[in-house]
Amino acid sequence: MATDIAVAGPDTGGTSELPAGPGGPSWWRRPGLLTGVVGAVVGYAAGTYLGTWLGQDNQQVQGMGHNDFAVTLGYVIGTVGWLAGIGALAYPVQKMLGHQPAAQHEHERGVGRYFRYTLDHKVVGVQYLVAMISYFLVGGLFALAVRTELLSPTRHLFPPGQYLEIVGEHGTMMMMMMTSAILGPFGNYLVPLMIGSRRMAFPRLEALSFWLTPAAFLVLLSGLLIGGFPTGWTGYAPLSVEATQGQDAYLVAFGLMAASMIVGGFNIVVTVINYRAPGMTWTRLPLFTWSMLVTGMLMSLAAPVLLLGCYLSLMDRTVQTALFDVEHGGSPYLWENIFWFFGHPEVYILALPGFGIAAELLPVFTRKPAFGYRIVVAGMVGVGLLSFFVWQHHLFVSGINSDMRPVVMLTTEMISIPTGFIFLAAIGTLWRARIRLTVPMLFVLGGLFNFLIGGISGVFLSDVPTDAVAHGSFFVMSHFHYTIMGGYMFFFFAGLYYWLPKMTGRMLGKRLGQVHFWTLFVFFNSTFLPLFAIGELGMPRRVFEYADSLQVLNMWVSISAYLIGVSMLVFVYNFLKSTVIDDPITLAENPWGSRGLEWFTSTPPATENFARIPTVVSGPYEYGTAAGPMAVFTDEDLMQPEGVS
Amino acid sequence: MSATGAPAPRAERTDRQHVRRIGLIWLIACAVAMPVVYFVLGPHLPPGNDSYQAASQQQDNAVLAVIATPVMLFIWIYVGYAVKNWRIPADTPLEEIVDGPPIRGHRGFQITWIAVTTLTVLGLFVFATVEMAVDHGAGTGSGSSPIWTPVGFSSNLKDNKLLQVQVIGQQWRWTYRFPQYGGVETADLVLPAGQQVQFNVTSLDVIHSFWAVNLGVKADANPGVNNIAFVETQAIGPVDIRCAELCGTYHGAMAQTGQVVAHQDFDTWITAQLALHKDLIPQLPPYADYYIPQTDGGYYDPAQDPPPPVDSGLPPAPDASSSAGAPSPSPSSS
Repeated sequence: MATDIAVAGPDTGGTSELPAGPGGPSWWRRPGLLTGVVGAVVGYAAGTYLGTWLGQDNQQVQGMGHNDFAVTLGYVIGTVGWLAGIGALAYPVQKMLGHQPAAQHEHERGVGRYFRYTLDHKVVGVQYLVAMISYFLVGGLFALAVRTELLSPTRHLFPPGQYLEIVGEHGTMMMMMMTSAILGPFGNYLVPLMIGSRRMAFPRLEALSFWLTPAAFLVLLSGLLIGGFPTGWTGYAPLSVEATQGQDAYLVAFGLMAASMIVGGFNIVVTVINYRAPGMTWTRLPLFTWSMLVTGMLMSLAAPVLLLGCYLSLMDRTVQTALFDVEHGGSPYLWENIFWFFGHPEVYILALPGFGIAAELLPVFTRKPAFGYRIVVAGMVGVGLLSFFVWQHHLFVSGINSDMRPVVMLTTEMISIPTGFIFLAAIGTLWRARIRLTVPMLFVLGGLFNFLIGGISGVFLSDVPTDAVAHGSFFVMSHFHYTIMGGYMFFFFAGLYYWLPKMTGRMLGKRLGQVHFWTLFVFFNSTFLPLFAIGELGMPRRVFEYADSLQVLNMWVSISAYLIGVSMLVFVYNFLKSTVIDDPITLAENPWGSRGLEWFTSTPPATENFARIPTVVSGPYEYGTAAGPMAVFTDEDLMQPEGVS
Repeated sequence: MSATGAPAPRAERTDRQHVRRIGLIWLIACAVAMPVVYFVLGPHLPPGNDSYQAASQQQDNAVLAVIATPVMLFIWIYVGYAVKNWRIPADTPLEEIVDGPPIRGHRGFQITWIAVTTLTVLGLFVFATVEMAVDHGAGTGSGSSPIWTPVGFSSNLKDNKLLQVQVIGQQWRWTYRFPQYGGVETADLVLPAGQQVQFNVTSLDVIHSFWAVNLGVKADANPGVNNIAFVETQAIGPVDIRCAELCGTYHGAMAQTGQVVAHQDFDTWITAQLALHKDLIPQLPPYADYYIPQTDGGYYDPAQDPPPPVDSGLPPAPDASSSAGAPSPSPSSS
């Protein structure tokens, strides 16, 4: 690791009350995981006490039989305690009180920094990476439980209520926690490297966006302890209003994740706009960074709506507003519209980062310039814009004003035009290329294969007459697993195999990587292709009972799903083996031969990324052209990017 | 565009040759696959042809599948062709790789691609909209004032010539009311064949979704909302009924089998139901577009609303004039 960089960080001034190392204060006075847990427990206890006190004389609460004040306040104040304990509040509070905040351990070294509120974007990226993989595996276990119940057409393992809890936990874990699966690890880690910056625009917001996710994760899981929630990940009212306390866990967790998305996405947007190195013009910006920019915009524009929805729903459940309650003048359509106004951009929050990785990796493994760079950028921006105008296709059969349906049908089908640009680019880039089927490239091609099926099946859902059959059935379920699991997660793995050498200096095992890819690819398709048929044949989503005639297909699907689990075990073994078990091996500085700016620094990069700010002199995909390296280092130590249009 | 300096084991094909080969493979594959999809697979696609709407949904499924076939075949064939022809060993040392030709774009290909996808999308939009208009909403729940209605429809229940079936979702079963038969409420769904049916779908508690699978009907059941779906039954046979929206613990158990029967059998059945429930019918709340349960266990009856103040300047409540027992008019349509 290069440690010879002598650039002072922006926050090293001022008196340091909490110096790192053995000379500092005792361990319990340093913010960290332990103080965070203590803060969370204290906060939860305080919140629950407050809520119990607030609700004790409330007739409505007594009539309901469960006190949602206590649970909600416990979760919310517990999260505040967690953030305070982890050290997130020290800086803003001290600033607010007029003190000069103590320097935070921005340059902290050693393993400890991965367990603290560290401001280095690379540490946050690694934290995100480990956390997202963990959330993904936990969500996957719930999926296997769901498939186990569906081995039989009647109830056989879980009672119906428990089955719904599992379905809800799986869906919410995957759709909520995994929103940042690419933006979190790769966006945070790589965007500053790719644009030639030493830091993020808002390192504290970035750390906050990460440290909200374990809170959301634990709150969501803890819902199981208090009865779970019966609504699935969509949380439709009025079912959500009449549900027991577990629903509060869903709403608080989703709200926390929305907050995480807002600050995380906003940080990326501001960073990309303002922190580009000299010469990093918009047409030289790597396509992955473009996708992060658009995703960040979608996050910071769509997630507030979700936060609002969660807040309103909590109001309905605690202080008995009747926003979603027909009996007292509310409307269930309000939640449906709010939720999907967030929910459909969210689908593209889950799709665009994958496009970015595909577009970024294809030129490297074909040794050709990106085909149609501007068209890909236009496609991403177009998808981002259009995604705010399509949400009502989730409500085609809901009974809201049906005059709107042709319009929504048109916008929904139109979004396949910019989405198709990614295939246009892939086709052009593969033409007469030097295709190297490395493990990342396998995942890119596999992801494109799956996303094609996901996208085409989406057309059936955007078309009202065919949606009449598919809506609410396993067809929908299979469709979005093809786009998210088959597309997004395949691209995630492509990025992981590709950039882990940059992030850790360790390469994931190639042989095991190939086994992981081929087993995942085969069993993924063998799991989800039959589900299209199952849905069309009349099996609704989220049921524990189904027609006898569908049992053979369902058993096939369940067994394939177990084999996906085996494939993921191969991955986990490979990941642990390469990063923890095996001794590090010396790796080429640029093992894939990429032109990207992220490979211009040491591996793994030093704290300040670049000893000198690079000056970008050509595009990132100039393979086979006369262009020299992408960037040069001048002698001047430029801290401020200049001359950037 | 030939790769400069690439070691060529055999004569490199020209661009034109590659295009021709890919095109030929693609055309042959399409010529085989598209008729198979449309003529072999198409007639077996769900939801069958037990109703007019189901048949046209099946048709629509087949058309979309046929349009999707060449798209998917093109991508698969192209990527397969590219990987087969232009692949180099994955572990080729970097210094031995000769970069590919620096092609940044191809105006003709890009314009063609954009034009083809745009035209396809617009075509699909027009096709589906026409289908929806012709099929009176294509079997989907179209809200309380649908714009595409069959002949005989009227927003006034008395003038409405269609068979009215009110579908009431509740945790966790369906019941059905037949306002033209004294508002009798039944636990089973029986419909006459060859009949225009108007489903009025509503809910007493949470959101359900009424899905008559082989009739091609799907309409969300919302509390406080009348969601109308039209279907024209054709064949005699069973109807698979499911709930397609998560509605709580026993969502999965809201499955039922209804029947489409001959007209005289339907008359026999409804007469039997009227006789069976004759003591219950007077106790039911008066037929309405929807029912709002009250906390005391009863149902909201608009007839019992106090009259609005005379000079309030507000329009009178729409249901205030209708007396109990008589069908109340649907909410005023635009």
